[in-house]
Amino acid sequence: MLTRYLATAGFILAALTVPLSGPLSGTAAAAALDLPIVFLTRAEEPRLPLSFVDPVVEDPGVWGARLAIKDNQTTGSFLGHTYELVEVTVPADGDAATVFAEQRDAGRHLFISDLPRDDLLAIARLPGADDTLIFNDRVADDDLRLNTCFAPVFHTALSRAMRADALVQFLVWKKWTDLFLFAGSTDGDQAYAEAMRRAAKKFGARIVAEDSYAYDPIARRTDSGHIQVQRQMPLATQKADDDYDVMIAVDENEIFGEYLPFNTYAARPVAGTHGLVPSAWHRVQEQWGSTQFQRRFTQIAGRWMEERDYGAWLGVRAIGEAVTRTGSGDVATLRAYLRGADFALGGFKGVGLSFRPWNQQMRQPVLLVNKRVLVSVSPQPGFLHQRTPLDSLGYDEPETGCALQ
Amino acid sequence: MRDHLKENRLAQNLLKHPLAALAFAATLTVAPAAEAMTIFVSNEKGNSITVIDGGSLEVTATVEVGNRPRGIALGKDHRHLYICASDDDHIQVLDTESLEIVGTLPSGPDPELLVISPDGKRLYVANEDDNLVTVVNLENGTAMAEIPVGVEPEGMGVSPDGKTIVNTSETTNMAHFIDADTFEIRGNVLVDQRPRFAEFTADGKEVWVSAEIGGTVSVIDSETLQIKKKISFSVPALQPEAIQPVGIRILKDRSKAFVALGPANRVAIVDAQSYEVTDYVLVGQRVWQLALTPDETQLFSTNGISNDITLIDISRAKARKSIATGSYPWGIAIKP
Repeated sequence: MLTRYLATAGFILAALTVPLSGPLSGTAAAAALDLPIVFLTRAEEPRLPLSFVDPVVEDPGVWGARLAIKDNQTTGSFLGHTYELVEVTVPADGDAATVFAEQRDAGRHLFISDLPRDDLLAIARLPGADDTLIFNDRVADDDLRLNTCFAPVFHTALSRAMRADALVQFLVWKKWTDLFLFAGSTDGDQAYAEAMRRAAKKFGARIVAEDSYAYDPIARRTDSGHIQVQRQMPLATQKADDDYDVMIAVDENEIFGEYLPFNTYAARPVAGTHGLVPSAWHRVQEQWGSTQFQRRFTQIAGRWMEERDYGAWLGVRAIGEAVTRTGSGDVATLRAYLRGADFALGGFKGVGLSFRPWNQQMRQPVLLVNKRVLVSVSPQPGFLHQRTPLDSLGYDEPETGCALQ
Repeated sequence: MRDHLKENRLAQNLLKHPLAALAFAATLTVAPAAEAMTIFVSNEKGNSITVIDGGSLEVTATVEVGNRPRGIALGKDHRHLYICASDDDHIQVLDTESLEIVGTLPSGPDPELLVISPDGKRLYVANEDDNLVTVVNLENGTAMAEIPVGVEPEGMGVSPDGKTIVNTSETTNMAHFIDADTFEIRGNVLVDQRPRFAEFTADGKEVWVSAEIGGTVSVIDSETLQIKKKISFSVPALQPEAIQPVGIRILKDRSKAFVALGPANRVAIVDAQSYEVTDYVLVGQRVWQLALTPDETQLFSTNGISNDITLIDISRAKARKSIATGSYPWGIAIKP
């Protein structure tokens, strides 16, 4: 880890040596700016995937911010803008609000929140958060886009509704419209299941049956474990008989979902959190010039880019883009630009990404991946919207109680 | 180039008078008639170069080349075609007569687009992975300089007098103006999102830079480095997101310019004096790069998803013919 960090530091130094010569006419600004961006995360146990093929990622998020700060530094070097990434980890038993307030009191106003829901809410509700910008790279909860919105908080993470809409659009395009919803019991699973119900209704699919996974978690490492899985999964999934097109698996915490494909009672494909998965980012995506992006990330991080890395990258780059275009580090100026119609961020997904002003959710295409290849990208052809097809994913303006100004 | 043009017209006129042509041919060793024109197309997924006869518009050869060939350009004497073999991390040199690969040149990792200096002595190539522009000496085949630029350099242009190189960086969103003698950056012009391509006008006074995600073309004054005009595009019943300008070609007299609009599947025709868009020509899917015939009467576009190129008649502003190529045609170059 130390060598990696040193390598990053080397990159930063290299970026700073880019010649600053020449007149800067035609460019946005010439005034020197110092822009510290705080990456705030919490010390947590890594999530153990059921598949041994999937890596155990110790530090999802931070490498995306590190890559983006390098990109900002290179751009900033032509403009006299200096970016610095301040990495702060809240201890496992620590208080995120206190840590946030310390940073805020030290004069730092730009934050990437790689924090879980309760921490994000705690910092967003602090009175001192008013003159900050907080980019949520992680929390997918729909209520934070629907009725609990905060002026400083921008979401670069997908909401569950966006994921569900992206998947169901594809299934409707395929005319696989009869869905068997098979969900776990955690709060997150229940919320995702609800997003799937909503998506089915929204796009003309049908939930023909529902069941929940009621067995105990299966350890990821058990000798002859497959024998039990092979017998248990058909039993667990026979409620819909074979009277459906696709099973929608909802298991956000890796308890059973990986075992569903090829072990369902009926011969049906699986989609959702497993099988065909809607995702903000994945290694399989190399379209729209992202080959270099994937390579640059792997070079510094030594692993593939996770969704939280991508969310953090988008947050840091959104700040960089707003600073470059406005020539300002002022929070109100940046916020106005980020919310405006002129803001467009290249995010390696083929179209410019922007923020919905009513809830400050980033509009973005959603990848549909099967862990081996990119299967499709939503929005799907034919799903129209009067503003942009991207607004066919997630909660639209008339559907939300949020009206951020 | 001028001489070739004259000879071209002469040869065309002579063709109307067969006897005279015979007499003429006897005295002329090289008679590059329009029909002798050869079109080279790189196939990004096909790992090949499609060779098309400019007269019959038939494919005459498909040459296997390196992995993921994208940007291609002809040398000054048209003997060699330089090919960015992106996944092989070098440039391949194709003999345009024998159609054999006769050498490779250093480029740094993942070369995408290249240009040749007007004197034919240098090759400039963008390396997206390393945020560098590499300068290759074509006389001895070595890299003579690496110039640090913005993140993900892609588009490369060189002024007609050879003194200025322009590079666009896709994530930094700038056009970098580089002095070709000192290799120092003279200035940086902020343009819209994901600038893909830079093209000088023949008089060297303007540089046109396309922004794929921004959906615009910035016309930059090459002296003052100010943006003179930002050209936008609009096609009825098409979402603005689908309009993604990439390749640009400008007629020498600067009467017209052509802009490939990517997934809008159209080539825009722009009045290059007033900067007004005058027409949109429907071609194939995901149109990225363009090439003019030497007499500037015809334009070809590469249509990646359709696996073909489209021939556009410039005076009528109409697509005349599509020619099937290999898989995912990307770059295009025309040998007179």
